[in-house]
Amino acid sequence: MTSAVLADQLHKTFAEVHAVDGLSFKVEPGEIYGFVGPDGAGKTTTMRLLCGGFRPDSGHAEIYGYDVIKHPDEARTQIGYLAQRFSLYGDLTVLENLRFFAEMHNIPTSNWKPRAQEILKFVGLDEFSDRRAEQLSGGMKQKLGLATALVHRPKVLLLDEPTGGVDPVTRQDFWQLIIRLVGQEGVSVVVSTPYMDEASRCTRVGFVSRGKLITEGTPGQVTSHLNGRVLELVGDPLDRMRHAAVADPDVEDVQVFGDRLHLRIKPGSGDRVIDRLPTVLRTQGVQMQRIRPITATLEDVFIELSEQADQVQ
Amino acid sequence: MINSRLLAIIRKEFIQIIRDPRTLAIMFVMPVIMLFLLGYAATNDVRNVPIAIFDQDRSAAARDLLNAYRNADYFSFSFDVDSVEEMKVLIDSGQAKAGLIIPPDYGRRITQGDQAQVAFVIDGSDPTVAGTALSAATLIGQTKATAVLRATLETRGQSGAIQPPVEIRTQVWYNPDLVNAYFTIPGLIGMILQFLAVLLTSTAIVRERERGTIEQLIITPIRAWELIVGKLAPYVIISFFELLEILIIGTLWFKVPINGDLGLLLALSALFLVTTLGIGLLISTLAKTQFEAMLLAVVTQLPSIFLSGFFFPIAAMPAFLQVISYLVPLRYFLTIVRAVQIKGVGLISISNEVITLAIFGVIVMGVAVGRFHKRLD
Repeated sequence: MTSAVLADQLHKTFAEVHAVDGLSFKVEPGEIYGFVGPDGAGKTTTMRLLCGGFRPDSGHAEIYGYDVIKHPDEARTQIGYLAQRFSLYGDLTVLENLRFFAEMHNIPTSNWKPRAQEILKFVGLDEFSDRRAEQLSGGMKQKLGLATALVHRPKVLLLDEPTGGVDPVTRQDFWQLIIRLVGQEGVSVVVSTPYMDEASRCTRVGFVSRGKLITEGTPGQVTSHLNGRVLELVGDPLDRMRHAAVADPDVEDVQVFGDRLHLRIKPGSGDRVIDRLPTVLRTQGVQMQRIRPITATLEDVFIELSEQADQVQ
Repeated sequence: MINSRLLAIIRKEFIQIIRDPRTLAIMFVMPVIMLFLLGYAATNDVRNVPIAIFDQDRSAAARDLLNAYRNADYFSFSFDVDSVEEMKVLIDSGQAKAGLIIPPDYGRRITQGDQAQVAFVIDGSDPTVAGTALSAATLIGQTKATAVLRATLETRGQSGAIQPPVEIRTQVWYNPDLVNAYFTIPGLIGMILQFLAVLLTSTAIVRERERGTIEQLIITPIRAWELIVGKLAPYVIISFFELLEILIIGTLWFKVPINGDLGLLLALSALFLVTTLGIGLLISTLAKTQFEAMLLAVVTQLPSIFLSGFFFPIAAMPAFLQVISYLVPLRYFLTIVRAVQIKGVGLISISNEVITLAIFGVIVMGVAVGRFHKRLD
């Protein structure tokens, strides 16, 4: 079966900076592929390479078997693209924007209106169809962007940080829309996001750093190598507890999560740390309430991978 | 079937233009302001040059000479002075531009039939004014001298004997009264149209890049020519209304007639508009920001206006500038508009200019289409 999206050894350099450095991955039909990584990792550049906005220095990208540079028209009719930055016409109304892009995609005049109404209803903007795009809120702008990206019934959605600057409720709405699209219309999605909770909703995630794919897999696979290596520590005062934890020889990293700490420890050192640390904490005057192993989150993995990448550099 | 993408772009551009009423107002008010400002400012008519008179004679003959100067409206007698020094002060300070000195024995010499000498002084720091005033003064003086000679001979009873050996009968074609507006207004039509047209479209494409809308645009099957032509069409229509506006003011207010075929004038103006709007679009594909596009537009406009022959005759330019002026479309349009509007000639007489302009248009649009890539890098 042909992959929905195929990236093969993509390279893109800007002024000697390797923005994308030998990136390869596949997205199968019906998958939501999450692209996560720190700012400047090359997520936006990759998205633009996938939609043909950038020409790669080497390597190639295919959408359902069509090379995006050699067969741009065939490839692009399959793509719905939502750019990171608002890229619709602010001085046109919601409906005018949809109509314009529908006609740009060769949707016959008789068909654009029912299609536009259907999509506006789908994203929940049907009441705002005569409002100018620039007067929409941030979340509504993103929904209009999604509507525009969907107007020509693409089979692949490329979403570049679609929920940046959007409130949590709207983010939730937005993800429900994406999940429905995948379920009902068999759309495949490549989504870049800085949010780990969003990444955990994806079928598969790929971690990028400095233009390279570090690891990929289902959220479960990606977190599995940290199984047994993350401890949760609750106690008071937090600051003194943190200092003590950092000093422990088996602890690799300490992150504060609200009123608790997540410790990443060396493989196989779980029992040792759970035995030793409470005693150390008591001697330092920390009221420890709880220490226990927890399931690693994507956030833990993300932090570990980002640190590793920095050390390599 | 008419290309639906092209129509969609044209409709979108129109909506955007209409939604921006301030810019729309500027588009239609600017040509009026420019035409009035430049219509009055861009003139070589030298009239009422302030002159200081030092009449040391005060005879009837001297008054007669002064009247001859006064009657031609080149000079206004602003100062009556009593010494050469006083005259010098006035000219030094710029209050007077010229001076006329009549010696004490002027009347006596005329009566005796001797040669009388009169001194005419002119401030040469502004050569245009000086040149015109100088030739006017010389001409008035010579006419007066001939009249005096004839009067003297008549009193001696020899009137029948004087006939100038050569008489030049002058005829001025197309503009018999040498009205300056006949020259400047048609020129201004070309200059204003070019200025506005290039300015209007120079930001048209770079704006899509700056606002990020290009990101959505490039993943549509849009073709470069559709974008270029679709952006151009609304501005051709707007510029055409501006042209009508200028022509109406030119004929009704500045009284410059349209001697040639109005339809031909409008058709050739449309050709010129397509070329200049195309130049604007070309700039728009070269610039990285709207600001840069505006700068580029101004920087290319200024030399082209000076090299077009509007302010300075091309024939008077050094050879290498004359060669460069062949690259200025406005040059051809100025020839065309003056020929059609004032001389009233037909297409045959200006076919070279029309063909050259058309070739320019095709090249400019072709390069603009070629310059636009559906890429973000």
